Amino acid sequence: MGATQTRSEHKYQDLVEKTGFSLEQITNLHKRFQHLSGNEETISKESLESIPALANNPIKKQIIGAFFDKRNQHQDEAGSFEEIGFEQFLMVMSHFRPPSLKTTEEEKEAMRKEKLRFLFNMHDTDNDGTITLAEYRTVVEELLSKSGAIGQEAAKAIADAAMLEVASTNVPHMAPDEFYEGITFEHFEQILKGLEMESRMHIRFLDMDTTTMRCGKSKS
Amino acid sequence: MPSRTGSRLPERGLLLLMVLVFLHCPLLSVGASGSPGVTNQEHEHSHEPGNETKKLFPVLSLDYEHIHVPFEISLWVLLASLMKLGFHLIPRLSGIVPESCLLITVGLLVGGLIKLAGEKVPPVLDSQLFFLCLLPPIILDAGYFLPIRPFMENLGTILMFAVVGTLWNAFFIGGLLYAVCQLQPHLLGLGLLPCLLFGSIISAVDPVAVLAVFEEIHINELLHILVFGESLLNDAVTVVLYHLFEEFSSADTVTVLDGFLGVISFFIVALGGILVGAVYGILAAFTSRFTSHTRVIEPLFVFVYSYMAYLSAEMFHLSGIMALIACGAVMRPYVEANISHKSHTTIKYFLKMWSSVSETLIFIFLGVATVDGKHHWDWTFVPVTVILCLVARVIGVVGLTYIINKFRIVKLTTKDQFIVAYGGLRGAIAFSLGFLLKEEHFPLRNMFLTAIITVIFFTVFVQGMTIKPLVDLLAVKKKQEAKRSINEEIHTQFLDHLLTGIEDICGHYGHHHWKDKLNRFNKKYVKKCLIAGERSKEPQLIAFYHKMEMKQAIELVESGGGVKLPSAMPSTVSMQNIQPKKPRPPKVAERALPQLPKGREEEIRKILRSNLQRTRQRLRSYNRHTLVADPFEDGFSDLLIKKQRMIELEKKIKEMNNYLTVPAAPPDSPTMCRARLASDPQAYSTKQASDSVPTIQVDLASPQSPDSVTLLDEFRQAGKQKPEEEEDGLMMKPPSRTGASDKPGEADTGRDQQKLMRCLSDPGPSADEDEDEPFLP
Repeated sequence: MGATQTRSEHKYQDLVEKTGFSLEQITNLHKRFQHLSGNEETISKESLESIPALANNPIKKQIIGAFFDKRNQHQDEAGSFEEIGFEQFLMVMSHFRPPSLKTTEEEKEAMRKEKLRFLFNMHDTDNDGTITLAEYRTVVEELLSKSGAIGQEAAKAIADAAMLEVASTNVPHMAPDEFYEGITFEHFEQILKGLEMESRMHIRFLDMDTTTMRCGKSKS
Repeated sequence: MPSRTGSRLPERGLLLLMVLVFLHCPLLSVGASGSPGVTNQEHEHSHEPGNETKKLFPVLSLDYEHIHVPFEISLWVLLASLMKLGFHLIPRLSGIVPESCLLITVGLLVGGLIKLAGEKVPPVLDSQLFFLCLLPPIILDAGYFLPIRPFMENLGTILMFAVVGTLWNAFFIGGLLYAVCQLQPHLLGLGLLPCLLFGSIISAVDPVAVLAVFEEIHINELLHILVFGESLLNDAVTVVLYHLFEEFSSADTVTVLDGFLGVISFFIVALGGILVGAVYGILAAFTSRFTSHTRVIEPLFVFVYSYMAYLSAEMFHLSGIMALIACGAVMRPYVEANISHKSHTTIKYFLKMWSSVSETLIFIFLGVATVDGKHHWDWTFVPVTVILCLVARVIGVVGLTYIINKFRIVKLTTKDQFIVAYGGLRGAIAFSLGFLLKEEHFPLRNMFLTAIITVIFFTVFVQGMTIKPLVDLLAVKKKQEAKRSINEEIHTQFLDHLLTGIEDICGHYGHHHWKDKLNRFNKKYVKKCLIAGERSKEPQLIAFYHKMEMKQAIELVESGGGVKLPSAMPSTVSMQNIQPKKPRPPKVAERALPQLPKGREEEIRKILRSNLQRTRQRLRSYNRHTLVADPFEDGFSDLLIKKQRMIELEKKIKEMNNYLTVPAAPPDSPTMCRARLASDPQAYSTKQASDSVPTIQVDLASPQSPDSVTLLDEFRQAGKQKPEEEEDGLMMKPPSRTGASDKPGEADTGRDQQKLMRCLSDPGPSADEDEDEPFLP
């Protein structure tokens, strides 16, 4: 009993340092991972798609895709996995950690950038560094996909208007000839400045109290 | 030169106002004393039958009695409004001193004047007038425009502050006051229960005062909603405590059973109030589904249902404030989807107007009542009360925040705590509750009233005046003035779904999961019942987009046909910049003029003609029972696409004609048409009355005839005149800016345009932040 416990603690210690979760949170997430994977070492796309609650989600595909996206592993790789292990699962989840009282301003900035990067990767499906009009249209269409025909017609108009807004905020003076290639990451950051991503994009992970139960280095 | 006259004007205006005010006061006193005299005279005349000289027919007589009640009410309202006007004429003053302070001062002056005139001050803050007439508009305004999303996100925190915080305040203040009174020999008669009752009256943060002060300091949304939400929700606690202690103040003991009943009573009061409000809200929403033919009375339903919710709740001694909030918040999304744009504007402006007048009157009356009341100043009781209020508030906020931060994700910092504590203002509700106490049961009622007034004055004057500089000093985050953009909206929605998905993957049924479930339930069942027609299926993103488009269109119209594009987008980016480039055939001599292909032009002409035809069919004359029917109200979604094309075209024209300072406005983009026609069935022409735009003229004389709309067909004219231009047809032609612009048509346009601008542009009571909120969270 004791031996296995210290072994798993040791294994999790690396994860704690890498992802910033607490030991308790990692244990809970591991249990969930086991449940999803059917006690295997890895999960595939099918196991995520079979979650019943996700069926009603209009952007289900994108969410599942994000888990298998190599870009979200912070290792400068591109492409996608076929299956992911617990560590990769945890890395993706770490994007949704909330800031704590002790997070400094720089750490908050870094956190915001990281979360925005995650969102950007979800939109930029061809990994060319920009979100083109077609990609943005896809995003809006998916969002409105559960709303039937009305949704599809308006999706194009909305996406166009949104793109126009990004272009005019970031590059106010363009000659009629110029072509706005797409939303770069800087423009993306600029346009979503008002949303305060570090405070909004998080979920409550099952734990007691993140501030007191952090083992190891506190990482934002 | 101009600056000097400019500075003299506000002073002159103020002088005039002062004169008017002083004229009012003698009138008020005349009102009180004048009536008996007149009636006596009448009696004398009628009881002299055998008089020799025939009574002359009274050509002019004074009968004040007949009208004195409405007259006095109107005088007060007029006084309040003039005061409000006056303060805004002096910008320096309103920057330093919050309006509430100035109004109380005015009330003090007026009360003093009335007293000097030897008249009896009307009991203005008695329960009937205050609770039934003055308070509801303010609360309804707050509830209807309550930002639901931040409110729900912080509901736990708000409830903690409202319930636990108020309880703590009441017991702390009441208990310590009792202890202090025991030490003072002359106050020994004050029992524990009256002290606790006093504590419960004085402990509640007042929504009127909070609104009045916080509106001027523009702090960030979180703090605003925390303090404001607390002030609204603590009403239930106040009601329960007040009734509980009042009931039992005669008996000097409260048993455990009473305490237990009190707790149950709290839940009944709070939940019952919300239930009553929600029921009336749903009724209002359901009624608004059928109002498409009687648009004129739509706002009335909103007001009457809400007021009835308040009265019904008060009938059962439930929390009327919570009923009002619940009613407004529940009905708003559905009502707004059903009613016309004009009704929406009406509701907004009426609510703001009433609440503004109410608030002004409340503060003036506070001043008047202060002068009038029988005061009993006690050097122990009153200062101790003030100190205890402050101390209790600070301890309460700090202690509660410590507990709350364990459960919050976005923690409250020390600065936040300070503002929350400092923003705990007391106001007229406390005073009215104190006023309601009967002297027989509470021999020290006057002392209570004095203490309450002192606390109110202290919080409103001292805290109200200093909170603005403190906010600046502490560099508290201010409200973001930026308008909601479509990108933010898209990503808010996206985030919602994303976080719900992640929660589902985690297997953890949290906040987002339940919100998503509620939204789906709403969409599937509730919306179908309560929203008329097609809009029940409209997703929120599209609704937001429509709203934004409408606003932009109206802005376009208001800015006089777009001298520059609306300031939100001072850029030259147009749709063509973002459309993917098509391979261009190598035409060498061609300037980069986008040329409209012939087919497209035909299409545009057809669209315009069909839209205008629809106008012709549906136009009706104005009478009291119908407004001009909004021809485009119901077909808005296809209009959107057409409008998009119009905007594209307009921008293309702008590009084309660089020498033009004023781009030729697309003549009858459907939204402009709607904005124009919907406001007034008079003749309007577009901005450039030259030969490039068709005009619609509505003939009032023959309302029903289909020919009442004559379409001056400029198309053919334009085409004939300048055949050599590349673009022919409607708005493609730039208006010729030659010197020969003295056509009578132009003069008319000038005037009409003015009329249009005056109609449509009006500085609203406050920034359009409420409009920008998507109405469903």
